[in-house]
Amino acid sequence: MTRYSFLSLAAQALNGHRGWSPAWRDASPAPAYDVVIIGGGGHGLATAYYLARDHGIASVAVLEKGWIGGGNAGRNTTIIRSNYELPGNAPFYETAMKLWEGLEQDLNYNAMVSQRGVLNLFHSDAQRDAYARRGNAMRMHGIDAKLLDLADVRRMAPFLNYDQARFPIQGGLLQRRGGTARHDAVVWGYARAASNRGVDIIQNCEVTGVVRDAKGAVTGVETTRGAIRAKKVGLAVAGHSSRVAAMAGLRLPIESHVLQAFVSEGLKPIIPGVITFGAGHFYISQSDKGGLVFGGDIDGYNSYAARGNLPVVEDVCEGGMALMPMIGRARLLRSWGGVCDMTMDGSPIIDKAPIPGLYLNAGWCYGGFKATPGSGLCFAHLIARDAPHPSAEAFRLDRFATGRVIDEKGQGAQPNLH
Amino acid sequence: MRIPCPFCGDRDAQEFVYRGDASVAATGAPDDLYLRENPAGPMAEHWYHARGCRQWLVVVRDTRTHEIHSATFAKAIAS
Repeated sequence: MTRYSFLSLAAQALNGHRGWSPAWRDASPAPAYDVVIIGGGGHGLATAYYLARDHGIASVAVLEKGWIGGGNAGRNTTIIRSNYELPGNAPFYETAMKLWEGLEQDLNYNAMVSQRGVLNLFHSDAQRDAYARRGNAMRMHGIDAKLLDLADVRRMAPFLNYDQARFPIQGGLLQRRGGTARHDAVVWGYARAASNRGVDIIQNCEVTGVVRDAKGAVTGVETTRGAIRAKKVGLAVAGHSSRVAAMAGLRLPIESHVLQAFVSEGLKPIIPGVITFGAGHFYISQSDKGGLVFGGDIDGYNSYAARGNLPVVEDVCEGGMALMPMIGRARLLRSWGGVCDMTMDGSPIIDKAPIPGLYLNAGWCYGGFKATPGSGLCFAHLIARDAPHPSAEAFRLDRFATGRVIDEKGQGAQPNLH
Repeated sequence: MRIPCPFCGDRDAQEFVYRGDASVAATGAPDDLYLRENPAGPMAEHWYHARGCRQWLVVVRDTRTHEIHSATFAKAIAS
């Protein structure tokens, strides 16, 4: 594999860029592996990479039903942040945040990680109290957080609608280290680094069944490209976790919901970082290409359609207009939908399944992208050592039976409200 | 998406509150509180017509296409 550097770029430039080789190997399935990961998105590929890098397990296959990064890794709004409050969540998302900060050097791949800041606005005294508390909790977990008053926010984002009577902006909670990353590059970077360490990335290979022995233990998978034996099978198919788990006879505390996202035509730089509206559900950032990338609520009903309905489009655009009326003149270029694993408490699951040989990485709700490196690191640790990584030990499957739920939003057991 | 309410007729889905998988029994056991059927295809689910006749419905809807196959009063199914 060519190491990407200024020198290799200059040498290729002299050669008319004719000497580049494919970044990763498009493999065919072997009959057996030590570990099979189902799902070639960011989480699956990151898991394979950390299995090879940290645990010396290179006999790994990543099975992808379509093309890598073609699912939710290609449908998110690219935000990275670790502004979580609860003890079960904060250490995990900060682990992921620290990995983002060193990701490009580690992978030798430009993932365009841009720590341009995440600003959550508040619009009432009660919300200020809640955000102050969140910021304090974050700092106690070693995460950066700063409570901004109105003058600070006005300096950062003079274009917001400060004078509106219904939801006046009072300030915001800022995580400067948050920001955005290039979603496709994250997938390709992990694929290249994993492939380079001997991982087989197998595309157009849909898992159609889970093979179990007489005692019930998982021994492999049936796929559209034949049966593959494996000592351990890991699931990283968020959005479709319930369907794949059902192949092994498992029912999960998950509903699959549709989340829509939107991008405008390309504009000159205007939005400095990620900004979220505290009085409705609306968040926005601007891509390096200039498009305004924004979204809001999930549609609220089970769906695998990967497209949503118009009421949510209206609701998201109303949130945008309430917060920054200037975007009313920008034209909407595209909108799309992704299928999200919504769990009953709004938090993910990284745990052994109650079936020997099967491991679950699921339930990322609509916040899986930011978790990608941490999810891979912790899932690889779980698969290799059969014990949870210290920063992800709260993400247990049995927390719903034991009552140790991690309900960051405080909504109770109703997935469409998280 | 429009839901054919047996009392009110075809109504916008925004008038309804969604409460998911209709196969869940209200026993209070953790499995019933938290585990859900989550199929890709036809699924029976509870919708409450909050801004209409205020009846609970069992709607069979295809989660791949959003096509609605049937809508029945939940109390008619329960009795």
